[in-house]
Amino acid sequence: MVNPATNYGKNGVQDWIVQRLTAVILAIYTLFIIGTLILSGDVTYAGWKALFSLTWVRVFSLMALLSVLAHAWVGLWTVSTDYIKPPMVRFLFQLFCGVLLFVYVVWGVEVLWGL
Amino acid sequence: MLKVSVYRYNPDVDEAPYMQDIEVEIPEGKDLMVLDVLGLIKEKDPTLAYRRSCREGVCGSDGMNMNGKNGLACITALSDVVKGGKLVLRPLPGLPVIRDLVVDMSLFYKQYEKIKPYLINDTPAPAIERLQSIEDREKLDGLYECILCACCSTACPSFWWNPDKFVGPSGLLQAYRFLADSRDTATEERLADLDDPFSVFRCRGIMNCVSVCPKGLNPTKAIGHIRNMLLERAV
Ligand code: SF4
Ligand code: SF4
Ligand code: FES
Repeated sequence: MVNPATNYGKNGVQDWIVQRLTAVILAIYTLFIIGTLILSGDVTYAGWKALFSLTWVRVFSLMALLSVLAHAWVGLWTVSTDYIKPPMVRFLFQLFCGVLLFVYVVWGVEVLWGL
Repeated sequence: MLKVSVYRYNPDVDEAPYMQDIEVEIPEGKDLMVLDVLGLIKEKDPTLAYRRSCREGVCGSDGMNMNGKNGLACITALSDVVKGGKLVLRPLPGLPVIRDLVVDMSLFYKQYEKIKPYLINDTPAPAIERLQSIEDREKLDGLYECILCACCSTACPSFWWNPDKFVGPSGLLQAYRFLADSRDTATEERLADLDDPFSVFRCRGIMNCVSVCPKGLNPTKAIGHIRNMLLERAV
């Protein structure tokens, strides 16, 4: 119904599912971090490092990071098509968001695996 | 005396829209409808333009914004809408103004047309009519009553931002009216036309549409049903 050229071959159902799934992952991750902070009391460098040397914590963190990427991309794309009407400005905004999110993920992987 | 402020704009004469303040004498002990007040104003100033026909909430032609809320002027009583002795009348928001309170509904109708608002059934027609069980017929209650007044779609921010791509509450209510019809066989095609990120998924569920519908219908609920059908189809 909507010309694919104007929605960049996107599918609304997929976006909707991605948005909900990533929201759940991010919610659980947030609870996990808050829970750890409360339970461990004092946050020390050693304790923090030990926690993030566990493989499952790293994988879980990476999952959360990728969720941020997907969630923010779908959300910002939507916001930009609502509020930014000049195509060039909109494109630049989307480009900026995309690059920024990509940098975050690369940076996050570097931090997590200490590359 | 009722202080009325009416949106005026005649593109042939006016450089920009403006609000015209008019005092209207309301007959003692009577609760007029907003449409009656418009009639009294037109007696004083015949240049005022607005649409109306049935004057009983059936035709859907006098949708407008009264003290900030969309509704039908003919069934909105002054006692319900006037605050502090003042009444502000504006055209339905978000659509181009043709003149005064008359808006260009083309985009609204285009969205309606897109959802194919007619029964599709290619199986051979029975001798008399396509029958429906009482239960199946009941599924259409709360859907078929829409009079296409556009009060809902022009109260919807998503429709303001993307009136060319988001079908809007009115069109989606009608889309579901045919998706839910046991006699319609085009369910798959209808859903395939709606699964992009705009047509249905721009609905943010804030229910402005529900709060203004003069027929008491619930487009948000219908949109929820469509979304569920789309999700079921996808997984
Ligand atoms: S519930 Fe959806 S359709 Fe209704 S006003 Fe809100 S965004 Fe628009
Ligand atoms: S759903 Fe209600 S407000 Fe919307 S067009 Fe139909 S009758 Fe008017
Ligand atoms: S004049 Fe027909 S609905 Fe108001």
